[in-house]
Amino acid sequence: MISLQINGKTHELDVEPEMPLLWVLRDVLGLTGTKYGCGIAFCGACTVQVDGDAVRSCVMPVAAVAGKAVTTIEALGGDSLHPLQQAWIDAQVPQCGYCQPGFLLAATALLARTPNPTDQEINDALGNICRCGTYPRIREALRLVIAKSGGPQ
Amino acid sequence: MRDPASPGRRRFLIFGAVLGGGLLVGCGRSRGPASLGDPGLLAVERGEVGLSAWLKISPDGTVTVAVPRAEMGQGVYTSLPALIAEELGADWSTVRVEPAPVAKVYGNVTLLLDSLPFADDDHGFIAANVRRIALGAGGMLGLSVTGGSTSVRDAWEPMRFAGAAAREMLILAAASRWNVPAAECTARQGTIRHESSGRSQGLGELAAAAAKLPPPGSPRLKPRNEYTLIGKPLPRLDLPDKVNGRAVFGLDVRLANMAWAAVKLSPVFGGSVKSFDAAAVKSRRGVLEVVEVPGGVAVVADNGWRALQAAEALPVLFEDGPHPRMDSEHIAAELKHALDGKDASAYEGKGDAPTVLASPGQRVEAEYAVPYLAHACMEPMNCTALVTDDRCEVWAPHQAASLVRMVAAKVAELDQEQVRVHITLLGGGFGRRAEIDTVVQAVTVARRLKGRPVQVIWSRTEDIRHDFYRPAVACRFSAALDGDGRPQAWHHRIAGQSVSQNFAGRLLPFVLESMPDKTNVEGAIHLPYDIPHLLVEHARIELPVPVGFWRSVGHSYNAFFVESFVDELAHAAGKDPYQYRRSLYGRSPRHARLAEELARRAGWETPLPRGQGRGMAVHYSFHSLVGQVAEVEVSEKGRVAVRRVVCVVDCGLVVNPDIVRAQLESAIVFGLTAALHGEITLKKGSVVQSNFPDYPMVTLADCPAIEVHILESDAAMGGVGEIGTPPIAPALCNAIFAATGRRIRTLPVKNHNLLQG
Repeated sequence: MISLQINGKTHELDVEPEMPLLWVLRDVLGLTGTKYGCGIAFCGACTVQVDGDAVRSCVMPVAAVAGKAVTTIEALGGDSLHPLQQAWIDAQVPQCGYCQPGFLLAATALLARTPNPTDQEINDALGNICRCGTYPRIREALRLVIAKSGGPQ
Repeated sequence: MRDPASPGRRRFLIFGAVLGGGLLVGCGRSRGPASLGDPGLLAVERGEVGLSAWLKISPDGTVTVAVPRAEMGQGVYTSLPALIAEELGADWSTVRVEPAPVAKVYGNVTLLLDSLPFADDDHGFIAANVRRIALGAGGMLGLSVTGGSTSVRDAWEPMRFAGAAAREMLILAAASRWNVPAAECTARQGTIRHESSGRSQGLGELAAAAAKLPPPGSPRLKPRNEYTLIGKPLPRLDLPDKVNGRAVFGLDVRLANMAWAAVKLSPVFGGSVKSFDAAAVKSRRGVLEVVEVPGGVAVVADNGWRALQAAEALPVLFEDGPHPRMDSEHIAAELKHALDGKDASAYEGKGDAPTVLASPGQRVEAEYAVPYLAHACMEPMNCTALVTDDRCEVWAPHQAASLVRMVAAKVAELDQEQVRVHITLLGGGFGRRAEIDTVVQAVTVARRLKGRPVQVIWSRTEDIRHDFYRPAVACRFSAALDGDGRPQAWHHRIAGQSVSQNFAGRLLPFVLESMPDKTNVEGAIHLPYDIPHLLVEHARIELPVPVGFWRSVGHSYNAFFVESFVDELAHAAGKDPYQYRRSLYGRSPRHARLAEELARRAGWETPLPRGQGRGMAVHYSFHSLVGQVAEVEVSEKGRVAVRRVVCVVDCGLVVNPDIVRAQLESAIVFGLTAALHGEITLKKGSVVQSNFPDYPMVTLADCPAIEVHILESDAAMGGVGEIGTPPIAPALCNAIFAATGRRIRTLPVKNHNLLQG
């Protein structure tokens, strides 16, 4: 049995230790907000937070996160919306929407550690792929949040 | 030379008509009350009342609009309900969306009309009559298909009509309840009001009474100056669920006792399964079944990862089929052969281009080529199905619900009436999700697991290697310039596979004979430029690589060819590329106006530093006109950085300007990815690329600043979803030429060494 803490809840699971966290979330726990995109930790659609760090869950063996705090899109804003989720709506970012949970988890992890990131820091942290090309609006949404938190206008 | 333009030989690839096996007769799209359809098509709960096949209203006033087009990011779950809400007088905050069921009343006739090989401004006898016949066939077949940038254009009439009819029924119900004249009642913000008596009721309180009234024959449609929703940047209805993880894509369908099936397909196109060793994986944890599907094998398990792992481990022997050695060099040679050959179809001819080109004078000649491209939707291919003895249900992120139902019925050996299709959100579509391959697989596996739902999932590798690709295409230009550098003659020969024929061939049990396919030459014919002698031909080749509809289809390469070559002509004439275009737009004032605005917005005359350049392209597609200027910087080491893209669009009447801007931004990034990096190559009959590292995408770090400007226009409404893609490749390559003097005639750009010095 593997003990997992997902979004503040503890789950005891009988799964292969090497099963990637992504598939445990989606197919065992039914938390489908985290997406499968490439299976090789390249596109970022599967991004979740583990102890506050952005982690690509499609290659992360579930055993490696036992006992750590995992946060998924379903719990990102608690009972309401995280300021970044609201900014994503304000800037009308998503199109098909498939990659956006991964972007949001990566972006919130970045801003939690670096509230006022440089363009380079943003580019490095958000290497995720969006096939709809929402990048200009993602940058705009980040600017909205950074400006509100007192960063450079 | 064959001439598909001669009426005696005209055979149209009206795919829907052929598909249905129907006769090309019919009464046209249902208009008036018949277009409202049967409210009984919509499932109702908790006191909801259907007022037509398009909308229902709940007692609390929530208006639920049935949207018969797939939401794949392009915003139809917002722009289509806005049409109904506008006429209904609904409160936008109470509007909800549900996917419409499959029924003829929702059929897309615009897609069929657009597939006809006529210029948009051709209103001659043949064009008009064939359009009329196709309209009839389209209405009769009633195919629910999302594509061809048609959704808003096709919904414009029936959905406004449905909203207006519902409004009049609600007003009539209120007027008779209050015993006041209906003409004195208004519908606004979800409330029916009678001003002089001060009475008002919400739509929810009146819906049940309204539903008992006969629908009006000709409800009043609002004039444009009364619009309060159409033309406004309404926030998208689908976004809250897309930022909180609740949005349900095909892969997110979860059903009781559902199993997952991963496929392993023949790596070689045209190959088949010779044998496989099911026993080798059946003892793996969670593996339930191993099922052969067309072209491959599916491994079923109680979890997606277990299915994918077992499919990878499954020993399968494939028969390679007739093309085991096909590679990209063969394909390039075939294309070259077709360009050199005698066999080509003329799609447009005027004057006598060959004779003018054979006479002395300044000539410009060039060959261009583009590679196969994959769609690479972010959500890998999938489909979920449940088959029982007497019914089949399918859950699919799909662009063509009608095809899903048709194909599922065939595979399940049931009647179409026994099949129910649920269209989920699509994690990207771009034309890939009009294909029926995963539907066949899911229903095939579900038949074996009778009574148990099964979700077929593809790995990214299968997704890249078993796409229906944008064709590899080559072309040759020859132009004659007069003393002022103006083109007197233009000969353009294009070679490649036919997308429409390929697509139809996958759906039909027989092979179609060669028929004209507008997509081969769209964007290469009916040019806006004044050229007295012109010949545009297409030489069709047959190859085993499956090709399909890819965002903007033929425009995706013909815009690159034409707008790059016009740039070459400007250079040969010693003229500025913008001024040169302007001077040739004599009969195309719409182009001239847009190009002027584009040059102004882009600061065309402002000099750029050394190593940077601006390139322009203007292209008409899907009844809309788009111009773009790309600004690039090429480093001494030859690295290309796209700094800025300025885009001006004239798409006629705009329903939602923010969605228009978003679609243009999206299409520009999509086209940039293709132009800079996109290339599917073949080796020994198989696709070489397998995932994002070798089929790379533009990311946030290299995405340029994009400005989209919508030009006020009284033109007829045009499409929006695809129109931004065609101009970006030529704008980019023209900019690279301006920066470096190097002309890029083959894509992608990454294959060119742009090292300076």
